Amino acid sequence: MSLLAVDNLSLQINDTDILHDVSFAVQPREIVALTGESGSGKSITALSVMGLLPQGTVVSGQVQFDGQSLLDLPEPAFCRLRGNDIAMVFQEPMTALNPVQTIGAQVAEAIRIHQRITRRAAWTHAAKTLDRVGLPNAQFPLNTYPHQLSGGQRQRVVIAIAIAMRPKLLIADEPTTALDVTTQATVLALLKDLVADFDMGLLIITHDLAVVRQFADQIVVMQKGQVVEAGPTEVVFDQMRHPYTRSLFAASQHQVDLPAPPKPAPLLSVKDVTRIYKRPAQTLFGKATAFTAVQDVSFELHKGERVGLVGESGCGKSTLTRAILGLDATQSGEITLGGLPVFSGNAPQHSVQRKMQVVFQDPYGSFNPRHKVARLIAEPLYLSDNPPQGAVRAELIAQTLQDVGLTPEDAEKYIHEFSGGQRQRIAIARALISEPELIIFDEAVSALDVSVRAQILDLLADLCRKRPLAYLFISHDLSVVRSVTDRVLVMQAGKIMEQGQTETVFQDPKHPYTKALLDAAPRLDSPV
Amino acid sequence: MIRYSLHRALSLILSLLVASVVIFTVIEVIPGDTAAFMLGVNARPDTIAALRAELGLDQGGFARYLTWVTGMLQGDFGQSYTYRTPVAELIADRIWVSLPLALYALFLAVVIAFPAGLYAASRRGRLGDISVMGATQIGVAIPNFWFAMLMVLVFAIHLRWVSAGGFPGWDQGLGAGIKALTLPAISLALPQAAILTRVLRSSLLDMLGEDFMRTARAKGLSRRQSLWRHALRNALIPVLTIIGLQFAFLIAGGIVIEQVFFLPGLGRLIFQAISARDLIVVESVVMLLVFLIIVVNFIIDIAYAAIDPRLRARA
Repeated sequence: MSLLAVDNLSLQINDTDILHDVSFAVQPREIVALTGESGSGKSITALSVMGLLPQGTVVSGQVQFDGQSLLDLPEPAFCRLRGNDIAMVFQEPMTALNPVQTIGAQVAEAIRIHQRITRRAAWTHAAKTLDRVGLPNAQFPLNTYPHQLSGGQRQRVVIAIAIAMRPKLLIADEPTTALDVTTQATVLALLKDLVADFDMGLLIITHDLAVVRQFADQIVVMQKGQVVEAGPTEVVFDQMRHPYTRSLFAASQHQVDLPAPPKPAPLLSVKDVTRIYKRPAQTLFGKATAFTAVQDVSFELHKGERVGLVGESGCGKSTLTRAILGLDATQSGEITLGGLPVFSGNAPQHSVQRKMQVVFQDPYGSFNPRHKVARLIAEPLYLSDNPPQGAVRAELIAQTLQDVGLTPEDAEKYIHEFSGGQRQRIAIARALISEPELIIFDEAVSALDVSVRAQILDLLADLCRKRPLAYLFISHDLSVVRSVTDRVLVMQAGKIMEQGQTETVFQDPKHPYTKALLDAAPRLDSPV
Repeated sequence: MIRYSLHRALSLILSLLVASVVIFTVIEVIPGDTAAFMLGVNARPDTIAALRAELGLDQGGFARYLTWVTGMLQGDFGQSYTYRTPVAELIADRIWVSLPLALYALFLAVVIAFPAGLYAASRRGRLGDISVMGATQIGVAIPNFWFAMLMVLVFAIHLRWVSAGGFPGWDQGLGAGIKALTLPAISLALPQAAILTRVLRSSLLDMLGEDFMRTARAKGLSRRQSLWRHALRNALIPVLTIIGLQFAFLIAGGIVIEQVFFLPGLGRLIFQAISARDLIVVESVVMLLVFLIIVVNFIIDIAYAAIDPRLRARA
């Protein structure tokens, strides 16, 4: 008998079909990966197992857990099961913990809900559990608050809450998507350990095929609410019977056909840039401390060149980006674009800023939802001294939309009418319209599904073939940086540790940090 | 936490200082001579001059400001021009009506709003929620003086449970004082409770969408338990802000209700003092109100930090 058996699970929310005849099983000590693109029904499948479906959901089929049927289980009985026999870890460690309670209280609560023990015993148990997930008491006392921890540490707390009662089944919904590669590797290793230790079954939901390949015993590929292929991981990767599996795999490995960069001619020059933040004092009469986010960073970016900037969160990538864009003053050093400083005399230089544009990770958040696309993408034009008007402006908007693979008719629509990939195209159109020389991509494809990401990367290659564009491509995703850049900078703790031709750095990393980063990144081609 | 509190305390003192300068200046620039007003239109110029000297009005503005502020710090608010008694006594008599009334009303508002808000949030979109929301709509819409008169009609005139107005004084016993303040407190509290209920409900509903609420449910907490243990404390921040504003309104804005119930409160005192151009009383009462409101906001700031550990870290 399987630990978890899902049979012909179908589900509608307000008369919309979400899941259709989904079937799979999880055995004890087995890691099953549920994979597919966003909207394929992975998360909702997990929530039906947890009994946490939204109101207005109609379910049919069978979900058997440990011989017990879950779909018709009354709520009080489900409350006894949740967190006790079935537990769940979520995607966003930054927001998954209650900000006003200590981590000790939150772990202890998970124990006291299910077990009649004293407060003191629960806290002792919580301390042990936190220790087990790699948060030893000496360093991370129970009265630590979530905001005092990093993303990876918070995810460990979430895992501690989930495993505190030694559940038989753990469901992890994109547990490492929001984490850095090295943190991801340690969290995945922890989960694997726990599976063996506790004889747990693990259902992991991830869109990252590389993680699946390295980590899972069984794989279930979902598309549009249906299971299209399932089986032991190696068999599925070997055979890839379903076209969707093949296309997912191809998109994950997508290589961009990048045109050769033109002859080096300096464009952006960053020289000995240092940026220091003041931190408020922590004690009553303590002094305010300083935090050096970027230290003595120097690099050149040539016209038409594509440069990648990689590093973990907190390494100073965003601070450096802000400085390059002229949004912040620096403490020392100089940043010039085409020989002119981007920031001088305590103010950003608009004439210089005009020549660069930026595309962010979350396109939806960077658009005003009440403006039409035409107005949204034409915004950078107002930076110029005499912006085009009337027919010229309309023609420019239409042309730019076509350049990014949209139609001129899209100019009259609102942003909510577009999918995530289309929104990112609109963001690129907005960056292109003022004909900049440099576009900075700040994690611009990180939130996209693999197939959409492949299309956007192709678009970027296509654009720099047609226009004299240089890219600064900031990402924590090494495979993307590898495919879309000529040169790469590796940043750690505010400093650039290594830079060189992308292929050279990836094949023969010199700095130990680069090596560690590359080792930690899961790879699609070779399982461990 | 200590650092944060000191920060807030410093800002409290600065606010008070600025407020005192503003109040003094505004009262100064109001046209009309107090001495001339007090003596009537037929007064002789030298009589007016003598009175001005007696009242200290012939001194410079800065000197009078200093006298006023240092006096207040020692509990001496000066002499009322019209009552010819120390302002401190006038205030002391009345603040023991106004302050308990405001606190009583605030207490009632909180006691009504918390259960109602929690109940409505936990039954979102269902009949219970709709009824509570409908009731708060009415509560916000009804003018409190009209509601006050209605209550006088029912409870004082018809049922004869309480008297229609007036205040016997606290020396008649705590029970008698509370009894006299009950109808006014209810009339003040009802619209405030309605507002507070709505704020608490929407703040709680915002919290229900948060990721940590999902974590709480995944631990095995029921919907209601997760609302109480995880949503409530996080939802308190906006509620506290409103409570702070409401206290300010209740202490200074009770004037209409004080009139309806013939209560000798600060609102009536300031109203009479303005009519009689008794500027020293106006100045002092306004300063006192500002002081109370700033202190309450200080307490609210400290409460924020007690609720949210992230605020303690900043400062």
